[in-house]
Amino acid sequence: MRLNEMREGQSGKIVRIGGESKLRRRILEMGLTRNSEIYIEKYAPLKDPLELVVRGSHISLRVNEAAEIDVELTGQTGM
Amino acid sequence: MEKKQLRIALAGNPNSGKTTTFNNLTGTRQKVGNWPGVTVEKKEGDIHKFGYDIKIIDLPGTYSLTPFSIEEIVARDFILDENPDVVIDIIDASNLERNLYLANQLRELDCKVLFALNMADVARSRGLKIDAEKLSSLLGVPVVFTVGNKNEGLDDLLKAAVDLANSPLVISEERKTRYSKEIEDAISELKDTIRNHIDPAFPYNPRWTSVKLLENDEIVKKRLEEKAGPPGKVILAKAETLRGRLAKFFNDDPEIIMTDERYGFIAGIIKEVQSSSTRQRVDISRNIDLVLTNRFLGFPIFIFFIWAMFQTTFTLGAYPMEWIDAGVGLLSGFVASLLPAGLVKDLIVDGMIAGVGSIIIFLPNILILFFCIALFEDTGYMARAAFLMDKIMHLIGLHGKSFIPMLMGFGCSVPAIIATRSLESRKDRILTILITPFMSCSARLPVYIVLAGTFFAAHAGTVIFCIYLFGIVMAIVTGRLFRTALLRGEDAPFVMELPPYRVPMMKNLMIHMWDRSRMFLKKMGGIILVGSIVIWALSNFPRYDAPAALTPEMAVRNAAVQAENSYIGRLGKTIEPFFAPIGIDWRGSVALLTGFVAKEIVVSTMGVLYAAKGDDESDALRSALRNSGMTPLSALSMMIFVLLYVPCLATIGAITRETGSVKWTLFNIAFTTGVAWSMSFLVYQGGRLFGF
Repeated sequence: MRLNEMREGQSGKIVRIGGESKLRRRILEMGLTRNSEIYIEKYAPLKDPLELVVRGSHISLRVNEAAEIDVELTGQTGM
Repeated sequence: MEKKQLRIALAGNPNSGKTTTFNNLTGTRQKVGNWPGVTVEKKEGDIHKFGYDIKIIDLPGTYSLTPFSIEEIVARDFILDENPDVVIDIIDASNLERNLYLANQLRELDCKVLFALNMADVARSRGLKIDAEKLSSLLGVPVVFTVGNKNEGLDDLLKAAVDLANSPLVISEERKTRYSKEIEDAISELKDTIRNHIDPAFPYNPRWTSVKLLENDEIVKKRLEEKAGPPGKVILAKAETLRGRLAKFFNDDPEIIMTDERYGFIAGIIKEVQSSSTRQRVDISRNIDLVLTNRFLGFPIFIFFIWAMFQTTFTLGAYPMEWIDAGVGLLSGFVASLLPAGLVKDLIVDGMIAGVGSIIIFLPNILILFFCIALFEDTGYMARAAFLMDKIMHLIGLHGKSFIPMLMGFGCSVPAIIATRSLESRKDRILTILITPFMSCSARLPVYIVLAGTFFAAHAGTVIFCIYLFGIVMAIVTGRLFRTALLRGEDAPFVMELPPYRVPMMKNLMIHMWDRSRMFLKKMGGIILVGSIVIWALSNFPRYDAPAALTPEMAVRNAAVQAENSYIGRLGKTIEPFFAPIGIDWRGSVALLTGFVAKEIVVSTMGVLYAAKGDDESDALRSALRNSGMTPLSALSMMIFVLLYVPCLATIGAITRETGSVKWTLFNIAFTTGVAWSMSFLVYQGGRLFGF
């Protein structure tokens, strides 16, 4: 499943990060690395970008950037 | 006793409290400038402590030292090429894991680095316990706890930095980041190649150079070629082979694997030194965001904040503006009474004082606007504004953060253009700078009021509103056009941190506000002064020997004749054919020419040229305009021209400064004028076709 298919309040684990090298590295450097746990905090009012929590910090990503990240659902808290 | 000199650089993630620490260390003794060649702010401060003259350099806040953004390049180059005595890395202790990424890269650079675990209080309140001693011994780096905004631990920090500067550099090999076997093998092979081919004087450490070459770091590759000459080629070829080998082994780019492994290394460290159970942020910040970026409330609140910012800027600013206006009036009256009538007096009173006065009057607006922007930035709301607006701005190919500068453009383009500094990507910055002048600034409003009021009496409000709207449409259309034609290429990744909300510190707000306003005063003041003198000279020479004015009517006529025969009047007549197709006569042409200095001048020039007279200036000008043969259609054409053509001199100065390029400035002048003319032409000729 892709990160942009996750819903608010779901948590998951990053399986793979794709996309063009520069973007991938940016994503990695913000702490979104393989096997890191993420939690979808919310989508912006216009449904793009989204906000997630990783390693204790809140990061926002555009939906098309999130579409490059493969995830595995690990839990469903909240809504 | 002679004083010893030390240079200490501050590095750190954005929002790690680096700026606060810098402000508290240096107080107000700061020098603000730009890093050479780029528009990234450079801040320095001098302090005297422990018998040392210490220069503190604030490096740009970055998440890493991968040379993608200007900030990262600037920070890394400074450490590599300027060799500061000590680099202090300000680490947000409440977010140790992410902050250690940069910290670790600094360690790899082989400079003397010191960690400041900042916001130790926040970390404690979140139930995080950090074993500083262990961290220090695991990484081989001195560690000091600080609370930057409460001024705690700063003396210890400086003391540790001075001690470190006086001790030899030791980062033992075992303390370095370890990569997996395949990568370590490649590193040592490449290291050997480097040692065999390059003389020992090569400035960068071989291990670090090897790591960077394996990561395909373009800048290090270029430096190697420059500094090593032909042997560099051998090394680069070797690096390429090794990269190929690693890529095949891991089935991925080596730089991705290495980033991954660095985080792996960091995760190991974290396990050793930090004890905590909380994973997600359950704090005030999160609760604030439940409201401020709420699906339904987010936008209304955002709009309210923006509205409040404008209200404060223009209503609160109106009072000091009146005082300044009165002050300038008093000054020119005073100077006028001292000087004998004649050229010198005219030059000083009508040229210099009036010209500079017309700009200085915006200072209150600019101070308030920058204060609000600093407030948005320091609280952390700016990132939320970008989060809310990104979808909309992305339609023009821009980042969410571009919204604020563009919005400020309705007030004044100068601060708006300076505010583009908050954008990270240079392309976004240039694009935003190019289209911001289409947001109709407040100085253009008087022109619309006069023209629309005269020719569209009952519908003036609607017409003016449409003009504003047209400016926005043009900004969007040209923005898209630039994005696809001129500033092509990948959008900068949006990936952005939403930092926790913080209570801003007054001292920081004032410093931010003042830094930017000072820039406005210094640079714009000079340009405006010169520009006003030039325009004054062009409109006052050659002198017209007027018959003594016996009545006010004659004085007005004299002024009109003077203007008509002056250089600028002749210039207006020369370029009349250029303006004729868009329905503007020579007088309009001259007014538009003078508008180059400042848009407000357009109205006063028209006042002189159309020989308007009477106490109630605007009424007189209106009837004069109506009698001059101007039609509603040509008035509309002129308004559109005023909306779109060359921004004022101060804006051009700001564009040159912020793009750092004369080319973009000239392009902007030519482009805006071209667009203005074409649009006015379409409106005027189109309107005539339809029989208006």
